[in-house]
Amino acid sequence: MSAARARGEGPSAAYWTGFVIVVGALALSPLVLPEFWQRFATEILIWGLLAMSSDILIGYTGMVSFGHSAFFGLGMYGAAAALLMLRPPNLWLALAAGLVAAAVVAVFVAYFSTRLRDIYFSITTLVFSQIFYVIIFTWTEVTGGENGLTFRQPPLALPGLFSIPFTRNGLHWFVLAVVTVSYLLLRRVTQSPFGMVLQSIRENEPRTRAIGYHVERYKIVAVMLSGLFAGLAGALYAVQNKFAAPDFVLFLVSGETVIFNVMGGMGTLVGPVAGAAFFLLMKEVFSRVFYEYYLIPVGIIFTLMVIFLPQGLLGFLRRRLNQ
Amino acid sequence: MIPFDQILVQIVNGLVNGMILALVASGLTLIFGIMDIVNFAHGDLFMLGAYIGTTAFLATGSFWIALVASVVVMAVLGAALQVTALRPLLGRDPLTTILATFGLSLVIQNYALWQYGPVPRKILEPVSGHFRLFYVEYPWYRIVIALMSAAIIGALYLFMKYGKHGIWIRATTQDRVMAAAMGIPVPWVHTVVFAIGAAMAAASGVLFGPTVGINHAMGFDFTLRAFVVVVVGGMGNLGGSILASIFISLLESLATIWVSPAQAVIVSFVALILTLLIRPTGLFVPTPK
Repeated sequence: MSAARARGEGPSAAYWTGFVIVVGALALSPLVLPEFWQRFATEILIWGLLAMSSDILIGYTGMVSFGHSAFFGLGMYGAAAALLMLRPPNLWLALAAGLVAAAVVAVFVAYFSTRLRDIYFSITTLVFSQIFYVIIFTWTEVTGGENGLTFRQPPLALPGLFSIPFTRNGLHWFVLAVVTVSYLLLRRVTQSPFGMVLQSIRENEPRTRAIGYHVERYKIVAVMLSGLFAGLAGALYAVQNKFAAPDFVLFLVSGETVIFNVMGGMGTLVGPVAGAAFFLLMKEVFSRVFYEYYLIPVGIIFTLMVIFLPQGLLGFLRRRLNQ
Repeated sequence: MIPFDQILVQIVNGLVNGMILALVASGLTLIFGIMDIVNFAHGDLFMLGAYIGTTAFLATGSFWIALVASVVVMAVLGAALQVTALRPLLGRDPLTTILATFGLSLVIQNYALWQYGPVPRKILEPVSGHFRLFYVEYPWYRIVIALMSAAIIGALYLFMKYGKHGIWIRATTQDRVMAAAMGIPVPWVHTVVFAIGAAMAAASGVLFGPTVGINHAMGFDFTLRAFVVVVVGGMGNLGGSILASIFISLLESLATIWVSPAQAVIVSFVALILTLLIRPTGLFVPTPK
């Protein structure tokens, strides 16, 4: 990648062609898909955004976070709080509130967890997400406890210009726009000098430190950035589904996020989205055959992929995608 | 003011829970110390062991036969899992072992749900008497649990210290390559250690079974708590994780005087985070020189 940069080449034409085709296909999908799969496509995009956000840590910095459900869940509850307290409900304020809530949690988690490496980082993030889960689950007066919070969907509005309620297609396109912009932003970040330092931390942390980079500071920013985008995914999910529930703060969501990354291919940003699509599709297919025990085949396939395909589905494209 | 007897009862509770946790955690720390495997499925082995105990109990009617049967079955299963899923990962980043065992955990958990259904099951306790402890009728069985756990851990300690194969295990922990050079069959040591860890998890599952309803989701709770004590005690340090189990369980038991048991978990999480910040190598290990 740096070689291409040195020769003054930008990303290849093939890359942008692929980008336009994929985004175009996603934009057209609600027009051709049956109703159930329309909703499914929107969900893939939201989970894909969560997966992408954690790729910044897992794939680019080499820190496997097992606590992304905390950011996602807090994004959800932040959006819920804004939608319940503000009249009339405002989409943009809901997203902003989700981001703020996730950011607050991310600062807290980042401060403590980045002092640790490898499995200790994973365990700490896992423990933090469980702390938030317990708080949300037991603080019934504020969070609704086990039942969570429900609210009405806000309209898509720009103040003074227009205000239209979301249709299913409208929501899909809105989510697609947010996810695409997030992807481009995250891609820019990974290619920036900051992103390069993150990747050098992944490759060799002591050496990065020896060169003179303040590794802890970079890690803190990486966790916060990752947490922000995970919170955005949570806020979008809240808007789509009109509820916030403690189940989404539970570690299973974090585990699934890691699965998305491993299945799709870490360190590619696109891979985790593909991983999310692959996982959700598998879940859908297997739950028709195995009902609620669909995680048995999914778990076996996941374990086999960890052993035999550690690069994930799109791992072979890693170079090209980072160009 | 908190009545003194309430504190004493909670201390007894904490000690009993601590011994069970120590049994789970010593298997986890043994596996980590030797293979650098962070076994995310450890709590699920505990849970599956308890379920197999219920099956064996229904078939034979004897708690003790159920205990032995579950231990044997889980040891075989543990060995099989190690050979199929974990041996190929040897030498890779320890993080991949978290991922692989996380996959196994999903499989085991849902297999248990499929086989045994969502309704919690119970094993009948083999010792049913109570004795008077201040204001509660305290079941003798809980004392039996603590003693059995201590006996199993003690046996493990003696085996590791004096048994020929225990010495093999310790040698493999210290230096895998050198141990192999000395003729120790390292791959088999790994398999046997994973089997021992699984068997200890199963033993604690069956022992713990009569005190709670066994359900498919109970494993994660124990995985998390075992992680906490293994880190607080010092990864791979057997004595440290036993002390940490007791310490953490005492903290949680005492916390339940003021908050609900669900919230008491946070106390142990905070203890973990403080440990990681102040002394990341573990509270109960000697300071490295």
